[in-house]
Amino acid sequence: MSAMSFMLDGKHVPFSEGQTIMQAAIVAGVYIPRLCYHTEFKPHGSCKLCTVKVNGRQASSCTYQAQPGLVVESNTDELNGERRALLQMLFVEGNHFCPSCEQSGNCQLQATAYELQMMTPHYDHFFPDRPLDASHAEFLLDFNRCILCALCIRASRDVDGKNVFGLAGRGIHTRLIVNAKSGLLADTDFAAADKAAHVCPVGVILKKGAGFAVRIGRRTYDIKPISALPQTGEKDN
Amino acid sequence: MTADHAAYLSLILERHGYAASNLLQILREAQDLHGYIHPDVIDCLAAQLSIPRVKIEGVATFYSFLHLQPHGEYRVLFSDNITDRMQGGAALMEQMCRQLWIEPGKMSEDGLVSVGTTSCTGMCDQGPALLVNGRAITRMTAARVDAICELIRTRVPLSGWPAELFRVEDQIRRKDMLLGSDFQAGSALAALLAQGRVETLDEIKISRLRGRGGAGFSTGAKWEACRAAAGEQHYVVCNADEGEPGTFKDRVLLNSYANKVIEGMTVCARIVGARQGFIYLRGEYRYLLDHLQDVLRQRREQNLLGKNILGSADFDFDIAIHVGAGAYICGEESALIESLEGKRGTPRNRPPFPVTHGYLDQPTVVNNVETFAAASLIALHGGAWYAGHGTPASANHPGSSGTKILSVSGDCAQPGIYEYPFGVTVEQVLADCGASNTQAVQISGASGVCVAANEFGRHIAFEDLPTAGAFMVFDHSRDMFEVARNFVHFFAHESCGFCTPCRVGTSLLKNMMDKLAHGHGSPYDFAEIEKLDQLLLSMSHCGLGHSACNPVLDTIAKFRPAYDQRLAHTEYVPAFDLDHALQQARQMTGRDDASAHLDACAHPGEPR
Repeated sequence: MSAMSFMLDGKHVPFSEGQTIMQAAIVAGVYIPRLCYHTEFKPHGSCKLCTVKVNGRQASSCTYQAQPGLVVESNTDELNGERRALLQMLFVEGNHFCPSCEQSGNCQLQATAYELQMMTPHYDHFFPDRPLDASHAEFLLDFNRCILCALCIRASRDVDGKNVFGLAGRGIHTRLIVNAKSGLLADTDFAAADKAAHVCPVGVILKKGAGFAVRIGRRTYDIKPISALPQTGEKDN
Repeated sequence: MTADHAAYLSLILERHGYAASNLLQILREAQDLHGYIHPDVIDCLAAQLSIPRVKIEGVATFYSFLHLQPHGEYRVLFSDNITDRMQGGAALMEQMCRQLWIEPGKMSEDGLVSVGTTSCTGMCDQGPALLVNGRAITRMTAARVDAICELIRTRVPLSGWPAELFRVEDQIRRKDMLLGSDFQAGSALAALLAQGRVETLDEIKISRLRGRGGAGFSTGAKWEACRAAAGEQHYVVCNADEGEPGTFKDRVLLNSYANKVIEGMTVCARIVGARQGFIYLRGEYRYLLDHLQDVLRQRREQNLLGKNILGSADFDFDIAIHVGAGAYICGEESALIESLEGKRGTPRNRPPFPVTHGYLDQPTVVNNVETFAAASLIALHGGAWYAGHGTPASANHPGSSGTKILSVSGDCAQPGIYEYPFGVTVEQVLADCGASNTQAVQISGASGVCVAANEFGRHIAFEDLPTAGAFMVFDHSRDMFEVARNFVHFFAHESCGFCTPCRVGTSLLKNMMDKLAHGHGSPYDFAEIEKLDQLLLSMSHCGLGHSACNPVLDTIAKFRPAYDQRLAHTEYVPAFDLDHALQQARQMTGRDDASAHLDACAHPGEPR
């Protein structure tokens, strides 16, 4: 068997036919920052955190097909600096109050910000007005934290076969909506067993009555930084 | 209520074959009938088309011209391009709002009317322009505002408004090989059938024709790749979503040269093996729809479309027109295809490219209106003839063959359409259009290049100044900072919102430019703007994000004084007016002496 490989930050990364750079890196245990990518779903390519330089040109590693001999840069000061700016954009776009957030320590946005040493939000906050949806008996939606990664949309559509979630609006007014005339989660067929209930990388989709079950300080990313955790398999909320 | 909607929806659905891929067209037509898209309409469509309502709502809220709430019996949208502003559009909008007793962007209490702004409507040579319920009105004046307000107040239906209001002129000022040549409908197809498809493709390649939408990809290479791509069906799409601010040449081509354009599409269809084509017509050009349908009908009657074209047994091809609904991003070819499929106009991840995976994932050629028109000429007269015009190929560049149609607007005596062989200088165009005292020219619209006087010797050509056609002239009375700010607002409004850098970055850029405009800027902001521009350039998903920073970077580099005069401070970084923030404290303490003011503290000894 002839092993195909490409170079990632100076190291050979093997890959098999059809794999993306991200998939190969994950198998090889190399961390590439990401928020909208999840191993179980078709890549989306929207958060742009996983942007790498492929033979000197920027590309999303989650959608770029691996090819033999590619020279890929990821963990560089330049790219990490730009990723930090993207994180800052996500922080100011929504309303992210980490100290009071139930997902603090389990949040991939927060963990990635720690990983990339984001110290301040840097940009002026937008402070958008995004009402909560507490209509559902078992789940709460806090849209303030939505980063529009579309994971819940993909999970509901591709795994649950339900289409509970979708995107509406355009540009800075893009927002997550649910599949009900009332606009309320209670009026959808959303259920606790849905895959979509467990894929949110931040703290939008929250199970009621289970808040703070694990103490802050003992949560997933409190214990180990996101880059040091096993790269295969995402945390399930 | 539902029953009412079901009645008119069933007719629309019938017409569109109950196909979910026609969702955007269905929503447009439903809104035309009812004024807006009622929530019951979404339920009804979800049931009839078997698609979730969340998807329909997603599409309906993506496009600027679709509404889920009432926007008035009369919806007036002033074109907000910089050229409309230079012609006084903003003041006319204020006048209209005043006379109708309404605030911009808000519907009148009685539900009669709303007045707002929209991105460039492509009438820059005859502005200020606006749209009333989607119909274009040009050459707005104070008197026309009076007249329109009266028509609205007395509820005259649009069909009863004076035709003069809706007159749109071609204003062709200079013709060359494309606009000047006689053309018999069917002649290029006859030549193609006589010559053979491979041979005609060779002629397209020999012509060195490159895409006229601005990017300049080789047309021959694109058609060849699509022809070679495996698929159940092949498609030909004409990109008539002419949304780039300052561009209006496709409007004229479709109005007066539609046969050339459609014949070019048909030539392409024969070469790549397509049986179905689409014209994606921007919503602002809705008024051209009937005319284009007429041309299609005539061509069917002449056996230039339909089955067995010109008696050729294996040559079937027809064209449907899709009308856009106000989204600049749909000019990007993969977003256009998404929109054609009835979805949100979000650019796809590429590769794969449309030539292999386009409409319904099938091999698809997407070309600009002007490219197809040129292709019909090449099929008729040969590639060598075409390549003899324009600039020659060199060892390291394919050159720019043929001609380019420019949409000239702004500060000049004769705005309009000018066709030149590639290689013409900016200076020459300025002289021909009667521009004087020119400070700058914005080439190829908001996403293009801003050239200053010392660059007017440069050439319009892919190897020097590539362009999709816009040529906006600014004389020395214009504030180039405001020009750039207008474009930045445009990009923020038109960002599709898919990727983080463009969605958030264009809004941040807008806020920074507004901060400078309001006199709170400092040199720090320049560094921030440049950093943001770099980020947009390197991280954005598509060309919109990549080019959103061009107008700012160009004008900072070339017209720095326009920015410097906005700087209230040259040393520190005021995020807001600190001294003003102390006003309340001064009031409460009854003080207003020098040391109760921040400026005095910062600069002791200086008189305030």
